Amino acid sequence: MKHILKILGLLVTISAIWIGLLQASIVSSSYAWLLPVYLIILLGCYGLFMVGVGLMFFPTCPQESHLLQKDIAEAKDFLKRKGIDVNSD
Amino acid sequence: MEKNMYSIIIPTYNERLNIALVVYLVFKHLREFDFEIIIVDDSSPDGTQDIVKQLQLLYGEERILLRARKKKLGLGTAYCHGLKHASGDFVIIMDADLSHHPKYLPSFIRKQKETEASIVTGTRYVRGGGVHGWNLMRKLTSRGANVLAQTFLWPGVSDLTGSFRLYKKSVLEDVIGSVVSKGYVFQMEMIVRASRKGYHIEEVPITFVDRVYGTSKLGGSEIVEYLKGLIYLIFAT
Repeated sequence: MKHILKILGLLVTISAIWIGLLQASIVSSSYAWLLPVYLIILLGCYGLFMVGVGLMFFPTCPQESHLLQKDIAEAKDFLKRKGIDVNSD
Repeated sequence: MEKNMYSIIIPTYNERLNIALVVYLVFKHLREFDFEIIIVDDSSPDGTQDIVKQLQLLYGEERILLRARKKKLGLGTAYCHGLKHASGDFVIIMDADLSHHPKYLPSFIRKQKETEASIVTGTRYVRGGGVHGWNLMRKLTSRGANVLAQTFLWPGVSDLTGSFRLYKKSVLEDVIGSVVSKGYVFQMEMIVRASRKGYHIEEVPITFVDRVYGTSKLGGSEIVEYLKGLIYLIFAT
């Protein structure tokens, strides 16, 4: 099934619940009408939160740069010994 | 038990220095494995192919295959081209610029053997993995892009744009046929289509040190390209 259909299915389900809430008057009418707006705001906040958390805990590896430099030196040394000239910049 | 053969496809364009370093490191880390390196060079003006020919003399032409093309034709077609010459039962794709370190190759192979996965993809965004050389803006766009993709696309992997991957050859052949995107959206489409087709995908953490030699770019046009790619994938997969 195409992904967009899954999303539409989800939206239809949410809409059905929303209409149900409006009809059944479990929640007060004025509040119920704004539920989709609240949902979108919630989604936006969730997104921003996830970006923030991800940024805070972004995995970094500063030691890898040093290790890489060592590997490069080792490789260059080997290539030089074997007569392969790469003209490093 | 039959021994597996791994075909490593490395597209190159002006990677004269890097390709020699990468080849050395691949041989260093894959000593116990049976493999070949397929270098798809798009007629680099800096003499990349000359270096590859010297490497062939050193390591053997059966281990290093130079399958060049007449002009700069892009990544997706480079993989297709390399795939035609691959004799392994597994295909590994990686970049030539040392952002993908060959020391992770054994972990890809191990993971595949343990889980019998169809695809093993490297992820920079989990513990044990990581990135070096990205400023705050770069990290922000990366994280924002990832959150968008996870929220709306449900891709099934944590690192969507990564291009350090191991595929079963038959799986790569199957998926690559249905991919139409170019550039790095190609990588996204590959993994999403594979996920939609139900292929078993595993991830291994990798570290990514941004370009040591040469320049890497991420500007407004890349962001637009990403968003267009994301929308396309939501509707087309």
